[in-house]
Amino acid sequence: MPRASGRSKTSDRASSRRGRKAADTAAEVPPPEAPVAAAAPAGVIVEGPVDLGEVRRRQPRFRGLESGHRACLGCGEALAARLVTEAAGPDVMLANATGCLEIFTTPWPESAWRVPWVHSLFENAAAVAAGMEAALKAQGKRTKVIAMGGDGGTFDIGFQALSGMLERGHNVLYVCYDNEAYMNTGIQRSSSTPHSAVTTTSPAGKERMGKRHLKKDIVSIIAAHHIPYAATASVAYPSDVRKKVRRAMAIDGPTFLQIHSPCPLGWGHDGSVTIEIARLAVETGLFPVIELERGSLAGVMPIRDKRPVVDYLKAQQRFRHLFVDEYRAKEELEHLQALADHNIEVYGLLGDGEDPYDSAGADTVRRGGSRWA
Amino acid sequence: MPKALEGSQAIARAVGLCRPQVVAAYPITPQTHIVENISKLVADGKLDCEFVSVESEFSAASVALGAALAGSRAYTATASQGLILMSEVLFNIAGTRVPMVMTCANRALSAPLSIWNDQQDSMAVRDAGWIQIYCADNQDAVDTTIQAFRIAERCELPVMVCVDGFTLTHTLEPIEIPTQQQVDEFLPPYRFARTLNPLSPISLGTLVSPDFFPEARHSLHQALLRSQEEIVAAEDDWQAATGRRSGGLLEVVGPEDADVAILTIGSAFGTLVEAVESYPDVRPVKLIKLRVFRPFPSEALKAACLGLADLVVLERAFSPGMGGIVGSEVRAVLSDMSQPPRVHGYAVGLGGRDIPMDILPRILESIETPSEVPFRIFDVELSRLPEEDR
Repeated sequence: MPRASGRSKTSDRASSRRGRKAADTAAEVPPPEAPVAAAAPAGVIVEGPVDLGEVRRRQPRFRGLESGHRACLGCGEALAARLVTEAAGPDVMLANATGCLEIFTTPWPESAWRVPWVHSLFENAAAVAAGMEAALKAQGKRTKVIAMGGDGGTFDIGFQALSGMLERGHNVLYVCYDNEAYMNTGIQRSSSTPHSAVTTTSPAGKERMGKRHLKKDIVSIIAAHHIPYAATASVAYPSDVRKKVRRAMAIDGPTFLQIHSPCPLGWGHDGSVTIEIARLAVETGLFPVIELERGSLAGVMPIRDKRPVVDYLKAQQRFRHLFVDEYRAKEELEHLQALADHNIEVYGLLGDGEDPYDSAGADTVRRGGSRWA
Repeated sequence: MPKALEGSQAIARAVGLCRPQVVAAYPITPQTHIVENISKLVADGKLDCEFVSVESEFSAASVALGAALAGSRAYTATASQGLILMSEVLFNIAGTRVPMVMTCANRALSAPLSIWNDQQDSMAVRDAGWIQIYCADNQDAVDTTIQAFRIAERCELPVMVCVDGFTLTHTLEPIEIPTQQQVDEFLPPYRFARTLNPLSPISLGTLVSPDFFPEARHSLHQALLRSQEEIVAAEDDWQAATGRRSGGLLEVVGPEDADVAILTIGSAFGTLVEAVESYPDVRPVKLIKLRVFRPFPSEALKAACLGLADLVVLERAFSPGMGGIVGSEVRAVLSDMSQPPRVHGYAVGLGGRDIPMDILPRILESIETPSEVPFRIFDVELSRLPEEDR
């Protein structure tokens, strides 16, 4: 791990100099000092003993978030943050809100970040990012500023600063890692927690069936600022995440990306099925993957094979109380299905036939494929 | 050539001469004229800076923090509720050792709601880790603002320049505005060693375990203590450039042999100076202007109090349930003198209550009869209160 406040190794600085443009292209050129062999086509299996250092040096992608941090196994947020920083490239500065991501990446004196990174407080990531952007503008620099926060830091406590940043038109990409509760403090409900999900502050019991309120429709609220680009994405679809990050990076103005990121500990599923769970949220219609330009719907990820919400819900402990033979549980399940159906209808999520960008096609991992452009 | 300027206008010009690259502010009485004037400088093309009109003081401080980290000289101004709203950020800025300057147009804190001056706001955040300098008049405010940027940047500490709301911010005075050349020679361009830079990435604001936390806090404490040297050096250099002084850490005026002194903080000093002239028949009295409150100038204060029998502390805030804030600290600092003076504490001018000239004879008379009460609020009319609250 690189040390906090320390300088990164020469190779990283060299790759930094390549700038954002280089990082935006899919098959990146190797660092200048790397041997020509490193440019071998991705996917080629290397025979013989594995030299991890060599493998990493051949890794064609820029890594903003290095491995070795302290996230839980199967953490959706860690994966999402890696995808975002990979796609954004080295010419960035990050402002990170307080939360799991900040905690597990920077236990002093270590840091997993290979890009300039600052954490100030829980509710001010958007404002700190705005200040960084104003400073860079004053200095005539074009480094992109990215603000990051969880759903608590975005939907709730940091919402005012976020709204202000968007309204003022700062050239900042705000990324929300949405794991639907305050996971860092031990799974308390946030305004992003879905209806009827159990958290430690929305438990199920004789009088309650988990959270009593709806998940806040944050992306619509953000889009109502009429910013150039706002989108949702899911860690189940890495290429879609990258594509959206690159799109946002290219826009000179405020952009917003909400990434649905399962939390195995908080949702109650095994760390090995994070991607499957995230995909089910999309395929049921509970988490619509959409894009909005200047406040208007500009694109959706169509669902190829629609799944009933119970497939998603029964895989998670936080919805366990809905699977008992009881009138209230049945009612809640019907309610959640109705919410999913509503999403599907409102956003027109049902696809008509096979589409490489739909919920079955978009998660196909094809390195170097067209989707990487 | 001095010009007749409103305090806020003069402060805005001083800020402009320091060439801030990012100014973030949210309006609050009585700070508004300062940021209005800065906005006008920007609009007129006289100041090349990013003026960020934020949606709250919390974001004002946060934007300034982000700007300073990204390599730009940053400034903000606020007062009262605004200062308290940004208090979480204030602690964070100081803990991260970020240089920036803020003007606090001192105002009372609600409730009850008051837009008028006292110093409850800045006193409430005295533990934030900011350097706090209190100005006695508007010339002082101009000179201190310019010095503040140099102090902040040399010490990697934020500086709060406290000016009494309305009393200074809205008062027209003849003020000498330095030339751009004078300021440029005094204040080099902003340079911050830990500036964020994609070519050599660093992580700032990390999680610190108990293994390192006390060390980090110790280094902040030491930085504050050491900043006294830079505060004095800034004043000396500024005096060499302009011939003016604001009073170093603290300033003492009056007859050397007086055995009673009155300590003030902020603009009350001027009132007392005039009062001494208006009441020539009172006993000889020294006046102590406490200019720097953080870091607390303990040694300078002890030296100023040598030979005193009585020290009256007049302050514009207090800690309910305890008493004077400045008074308590003064008492604590003087306690290891071999013959410390008796300290008499008064809160004066709360919520904009006028500090009358006859405060001088009245206070001097009151200390003749030793009181059991170490702290009182001056001028309270008990008859206005219900019996049980008196």
